[in-house]
Amino acid sequence: MDNNKNLSNTKNSSGFKKFIASNGSVRFMGTVVSIVMGLVLGLILLLATNAPFAIDGMSKILTTAFVDDTGFTKLLYEATPLILVGLSVGFASKTGLFNIGAPGQYTMGACFGLVGCIHFQLPWPVCLVLAAIGGAIWGIFPGLFKALFNVNEVITSIMFNWIAVFSVNLAISNIPKMVSTDWGQANTDKTPTLGLANPNGKIPQGFLGEMFWSDYANIGIFIAIAIAIIIYIVLNKTTFGYELKACGLSQHAGIYAGIKAKRNMVLSMVIAGALAGIGGGLFYLSGVEQFAIVKVVNGMGFNGIPVALLAYNNPLGVIFSSLFIALVNVGGEQLQPDFATQTIDIIIAAIIYFSAFSLVVQQIIRRFLKADESNVNAEPAPVNKENTKVKDNKTEVIVKDADKEVTK
Amino acid sequence: MSNYVIEMLNITKEFPGIKANDNITLQLEKGEVHALLGENGAGKSTLMSVLFGLYQPEIGVIKKNGKEVKINNPNDANDLNIGMVHQHFKLVECFTVLDNIILGVEPSNKMGILQKRDARKKVLELSEKYGLKVDPDALISDISVGMQQRVEILKMLYRDNEILIFDEPTAVLTPQEIDELLQIMNNFKKEGKSILFITHKLNEIMAVADHCTVIRKGKGIGTVAIKDTTKEELSRMMVGRSVNMKVDKKPMKPYEEILKVEGVTVYDKKKKKNTVSDVSFNVRAGEIVCLAGIEGNGQTQFVSALTGLSKMTSGKITLCGSDITHSTIRERSKQGMSHIPEDRHKHGLVLDYTLEDNIVLQKYWEPRFQSNGFIKKKEVREYAKQIIDEYDVRCGQGPLTISRSMSGGNQQKAIIGREIDKNPELLVAVQPTRGLDVGAIENIHKQIVALRDVGRAVLLVSLELDEVMGLSDRILVMYEGEIVGEFKPDEVTVEELGLYMAGAKKQKNIGEDR
Repeated sequence: MDNNKNLSNTKNSSGFKKFIASNGSVRFMGTVVSIVMGLVLGLILLLATNAPFAIDGMSKILTTAFVDDTGFTKLLYEATPLILVGLSVGFASKTGLFNIGAPGQYTMGACFGLVGCIHFQLPWPVCLVLAAIGGAIWGIFPGLFKALFNVNEVITSIMFNWIAVFSVNLAISNIPKMVSTDWGQANTDKTPTLGLANPNGKIPQGFLGEMFWSDYANIGIFIAIAIAIIIYIVLNKTTFGYELKACGLSQHAGIYAGIKAKRNMVLSMVIAGALAGIGGGLFYLSGVEQFAIVKVVNGMGFNGIPVALLAYNNPLGVIFSSLFIALVNVGGEQLQPDFATQTIDIIIAAIIYFSAFSLVVQQIIRRFLKADESNVNAEPAPVNKENTKVKDNKTEVIVKDADKEVTK
Repeated sequence: MSNYVIEMLNITKEFPGIKANDNITLQLEKGEVHALLGENGAGKSTLMSVLFGLYQPEIGVIKKNGKEVKINNPNDANDLNIGMVHQHFKLVECFTVLDNIILGVEPSNKMGILQKRDARKKVLELSEKYGLKVDPDALISDISVGMQQRVEILKMLYRDNEILIFDEPTAVLTPQEIDELLQIMNNFKKEGKSILFITHKLNEIMAVADHCTVIRKGKGIGTVAIKDTTKEELSRMMVGRSVNMKVDKKPMKPYEEILKVEGVTVYDKKKKKNTVSDVSFNVRAGEIVCLAGIEGNGQTQFVSALTGLSKMTSGKITLCGSDITHSTIRERSKQGMSHIPEDRHKHGLVLDYTLEDNIVLQKYWEPRFQSNGFIKKKEVREYAKQIIDEYDVRCGQGPLTISRSMSGGNQQKAIIGREIDKNPELLVAVQPTRGLDVGAIENIHKQIVALRDVGRAVLLVSLELDEVMGLSDRILVMYEGEIVGEFKPDEVTVEELGLYMAGAKKQKNIGEDR
């Protein structure tokens, strides 16, 4: 019975330690520590390139978003599409797929949304739905190819990124009224400003517009957060999410359980595509920036990958990692002219890159805490059944027998 | 001065929440086979991992030849001439046999260029000497599991290991291969090598071991000399109560037909032949029909066709009167088919899911566990607790244990609990007791018989002849994709069955008497 006593002792004395060593807190600490490491590296790079302005530069990176209305609303404005593309990549990863096609889906979403807004003069909620449909269409192809012909989704979606870029370019320049010159503005390679073309199609500023004196303020961020919460619920609370994750973790076991794995694969890509599409819609329908005809794949979609990685594909985590990356981006813009734009990009990239080291950092933290629960070889729990009661997610050992012996 | 080559004294190893090893002492004499016996999850593998340097014990010392040693990692173990064959082999699939054997100790000249000729000579000599037949140039992915194991053994010999640890080596072998392995162990013994043999098959212990150390729930129960003990006593020490080794079952009169299989044929495009050809039989309510045969004679392919995991080329399957030939897996499941799969890691479990999520893997869509597509977590948890309790699934964090972290036997118990608790019309059980200890086997056999007794049909696929003879009401022997014989267990001997399984004999009138 001394075995049991021992167990209960360790439990009482280490309640706090257990909390610290729990998976969630180790992950959180890992992320925080690696972000700090990233920032230190950024500081070193700043010192190396332009030492006198380094400290000032770093404080700009971190504080720009909080010094004035423009900074703060810009942070929210940039985080909004990041959340959606992060959700897109994260959702696909949870189901075992790597959605590197987010840029294409994002562009498609933007195009569908803008065509609805400018050409058809539709109100903004309808345009957002159109954006989702555009992204979904672009997600369905890699999904179908993978399910039917076992073509790797990475190959298909990278190719579809390019197809998206140029088909959207074609569409914008050929659909009537889509270019700003049709509305009396100067640019032939840009869509018109939405305030001019269709004020109803612009995402409203809502109370953010009253609180902050800035064009960047709009309610898109709340839509993004709401979608993140919905995705979290779908993944964790529904049978649909259960099926998707089961197939993602082990396709064979999923099939054995009678889950239609191929259908789920396609559905998962459709949803991922729709999410990225909404991202494109939210960004361009805010009316701040005009869609420009360019010959490169939009970088925003790719940013979904680090956003999702930083958040371990957790939909709620994506909100915070997006805010972080937006923060660094917004701050980074203020480093000019003390630093060259290329240097700024390198520094931002270094910070994000280092932040992705959190898995390694987690391992170090685990070793530090000596929590070897990650040992898969451990043969678990030869605990006496009668003395064990499962309660509140933790195994509590009730020292019934031990107590009896003591009282005797 | 002792004559022990390895002594593990008072080893205690703790994991968060549990003591996997609690004050265990194990002493290995030179030139003996020392068996380590214990239930699933008793702490055998943990103890061996301590010896092999994978874990560090909190308390206790390890001595080699009377001198205390510190084993911090497998390299230290190797330096002390300790070698281990893991339960799941550690081989590079796309390397040849020879490359795998020399991996880590590659012979090379001063320029760093591989010199394989001497290595090949040494491997061939060793393979000759101990009767370990291997083809040094074959790729691992192309050779049988039995030969893969011989490669693992050669790896130890190539490194001149003197202390050989075998972690459940017979779990993956066919009866013939098991005999060969036991013979090889005897040869090692004669050579003066010392063997630690982890198993829970009592027959094997009685056949080769000199001593046996029994562990129960992390504690050392004792060490006995095999010549002074019996199987019954060993199983009592292991389980803590006496175990009924014979399956207890009353005669049962089978009635209506549940499963009817007609002319099922599966054509394999890669092998360009029929892996299952024209298989017909039936299973009635209240009867256990066993599909016996040596591994690789089409049982796996037949079961995947039957359960819907793969398509069949031709034939018809009827379950409870309705044609399920083209039904999906979910439809078959709803019709009352349960399936304990052969490969629990590949099919049976989503390894990274929690235990509770795995326990509802075949049920999560039922109204009991979901409403409007939302999973009722509370119901799931309660149901999981019930299964864990009823089937004695031992797991560190209860329903929230990640399935991957559980021992193989307990994973299997969870699957069996899940499938039997579905209360199916037909249970298809493929090697349900693979890798389980006698206590668990007894329990599972009881469950299967109980299912039969309430009038369900059971199709059992097994390689273990003891299980085939003890459990079934009717035996079908499968050889090269065909059913070559049908018997009542009390009308046939094991030897006779063996002849049919090896293809030496074949009944002519198969199917005609029905």
